[in-house]
Amino acid sequence: MKVRILVRLKPGVLDPQGRAVHHSLDHMGFDGVEDVRIGRMIEMEVADGTDDATLTKMCEQLLANMVIEDFVIEKMEPA
Amino acid sequence: MAAPSNSFRAAVITFPGSNCDRDMAVAIEAVTGEAAIRVWHGDADLPDRLDFIALPGGFSYGDYLRSGAMAAKSPVLRAVVAAAERGVPVLGVCNGFQVLTESGLLPGALMRNAGQRFVCKTVELEIANTSSPFTNNYEKGAKLRVPVAHHDGNYFADEATLNALEAEDRVAFRYIDNPNGSRRDIAGVLSANGRVLGMMPHPERAIEPAAHASLGGADGRGIFENLVTSLISA
Repeated sequence: MKVRILVRLKPGVLDPQGRAVHHSLDHMGFDGVEDVRIGRMIEMEVADGTDDATLTKMCEQLLANMVIEDFVIEKMEPA
Repeated sequence: MAAPSNSFRAAVITFPGSNCDRDMAVAIEAVTGEAAIRVWHGDADLPDRLDFIALPGGFSYGDYLRSGAMAAKSPVLRAVVAAAERGVPVLGVCNGFQVLTESGLLPGALMRNAGQRFVCKTVELEIANTSSPFTNNYEKGAKLRVPVAHHDGNYFADEATLNALEAEDRVAFRYIDNPNGSRRDIAGVLSANGRVLGMMPHPERAIEPAAHASLGGADGRGIFENLVTSLISA
């Protein structure tokens, strides 16, 4: 089973990297950019039937730093 | 709480990618006269009767995922956490500080430097806490010049945590001229019992009194000397 996890900075945590990218987009002439925040995407292949509680624990214990990040788990439907 | 009898047993932990472990061991031996015990991260057990554990700087696991994140889950960290809970003093420098926050032994997180650049220079620190075994020989407000070398040294915690740290006198050092955007200019943080210290600057690079100031000076030496003195008089 394919699982896609998005790890993002929590709202309120400053993202200077996102701000730097925002400035670059502005300088490149893209006028409509209002905000940029940069996160991380992790794709995993896990055994079918791996439950949500286990996936959540993987995120809380390693994949995301719960002090500054939150996460979204997306289970991809098999083709 | 172990106090040295006629020896000072210190352990320096090496993770894959740690590169300041030797400097830490050299600093400990220079101050204590005893060779530090080198411990590999894969060992689930620590040597017994330890007086001090050091988590050194470097790039454990290549800083992959997040600096210190995977080192914090190493077999040896369970033993380090247990030792800290028994009162064994623990010092985490740079990547070691990152491991301490990732493991929950210290609050907060170390993020990418606000200026996005790797910072490598000598900084001036102000000593904020003078009650921990690492800092109790200093005067409050004393200044230290210590090298920093990091890309992810920007200390973050939410306002409630920062307020609690200040109220509980757990900010160990502050930057005089903040090089990385750390909240409240925090350069080092203590655990609630004062026996776990995490700091981004490298005191182990400022040990030799004879060294030219541009090679680091000796302002870091006192942190190690204070610890030895505190333990002897414990």
